[in-house]
Amino acid sequence: MTSAAPVHAGREFELAVVGGGLVGMAIAWGLARLGRSVVVLDEGDLAFRASRGNFALVWVQSKGAGLSDYALWTMQSSRLWPQLAEAIEDETGIDVCFRKPGGLHLVLSDRELENRANALKRLHNQPGMQHFPYEILDHAEVAKLLPQIGADVAGASFCPEDGHVNALRLLHALHVGFQRLGGTYRANHAVTRIEPGRDEFRLHTAKGEITAARVVLAAGLGTARLAPMLALHAPVRPQRGQIMVTEKVAPFLPYVVHTVRQTDEGGVMISDSVEEAGCDASVGSEILAVMADRAVRMFPLLGRLNVVRCWAALRVMPQDGFPIYDQSERYPGAFVATCHSGVTLAANHALVLPPLIDTGALSGENLDAFRARRFNVSPAH
Amino acid sequence: MFRRHTEARRPALTILIDGVATEAREGDSVAAAMLAAGHVIVRKTPVSGAPRAPFCLMGVCFDCLVTVDGVGNRQGCMLVVREGMRIDTQQGKREYGA
Repeated sequence: MTSAAPVHAGREFELAVVGGGLVGMAIAWGLARLGRSVVVLDEGDLAFRASRGNFALVWVQSKGAGLSDYALWTMQSSRLWPQLAEAIEDETGIDVCFRKPGGLHLVLSDRELENRANALKRLHNQPGMQHFPYEILDHAEVAKLLPQIGADVAGASFCPEDGHVNALRLLHALHVGFQRLGGTYRANHAVTRIEPGRDEFRLHTAKGEITAARVVLAAGLGTARLAPMLALHAPVRPQRGQIMVTEKVAPFLPYVVHTVRQTDEGGVMISDSVEEAGCDASVGSEILAVMADRAVRMFPLLGRLNVVRCWAALRVMPQDGFPIYDQSERYPGAFVATCHSGVTLAANHALVLPPLIDTGALSGENLDAFRARRFNVSPAH
Repeated sequence: MFRRHTEARRPALTILIDGVATEAREGDSVAAAMLAAGHVIVRKTPVSGAPRAPFCLMGVCFDCLVTVDGVGNRQGCMLVVREGMRIDTQQGKREYGA
């Protein structure tokens, strides 16, 4: 792979990151920590923003079926997460409440338990699979960890690598940290067009033009439209998820459950849905009713709590579900980073990707598996 | 801090506030009865533990949350007192029930 042109003076910024969500801000913060002059060009308050609507898991146990490199990449991020949380707190004073107590995928029938066990077996039987520890537990074993489960819980898979975080605080802290390091954040600067020049990129935004030596596309759902302007390919689509949250209650859930988690502040989040709904981020009572029913069967005490809010958000879903990290061959100063697990992978995005982007070549770290050429389309050049 | 209007002559009844028998009047909201009895701070917030008092008295602000007959986070201003009602101030997060 050719390297990007060296960064030199004369342009407004060394790097422009398009997108101010978790992926863009983690990369921008990481680049600013390396001493680069970075501008983040973001949309406004009405943007589709998965970073504000997500479930906030740092989740390992089901990742990587069909691409073992993804399991490795996910586990790496999970293991870097304590370092990320510490660095953020050191630099901003903000505790993002990262905890890694281990996670359970609860199931409500013996058949579901069998399916779960088989799925994990298949995952670990893949060639090149990085094994992570997990156990299949029956009802009694789950009840030892979670005494509040209902009689309908047939069992669970448990993985000690799973955790969670306060994702709203994470996004806030990345913004604070980035700006403390001298980074420039521009809201309401939706990028409409990117013009690759001989040794700089001209970004046309809703509020004027900005030039930078390099550009990183991390615009979530907007990435699909922008990527071809840089001879990149990023097939991502929206996938709706609905979440409800209860009033804050005394702690009862010391582990993370993949569809039910109690936040650091006491609210219980419930999320158990995937819908192909285009760009419609509305909430529907039919889906919420099914989610609530399953959650109450898992934890009957939830039936006594009030739901105080529900919302829908659009996941950023790559065509095959795996992250896309790539560098333009025609314009080597242009990079793309997009995925559906911006929380889990935040540690990689903040600590692993920035030094690679900084040296000008996105290589090593087994990143080749995540390049867009896997989609078998003709290269754009 | 609060005194009842001299023309307010509704019949008295007894409620329990944090286990203590307390006089209220028929038709009082829980929040009004607590204010009249001198319980201005009715709860501490679940995250920071800051004190809260009934504020809007019309169901909007959710500052008057109390535990009523064992159920947490009830809006005191939207409930009418009943003879023998058990009202407990909340110290932080509500319980989740047994």
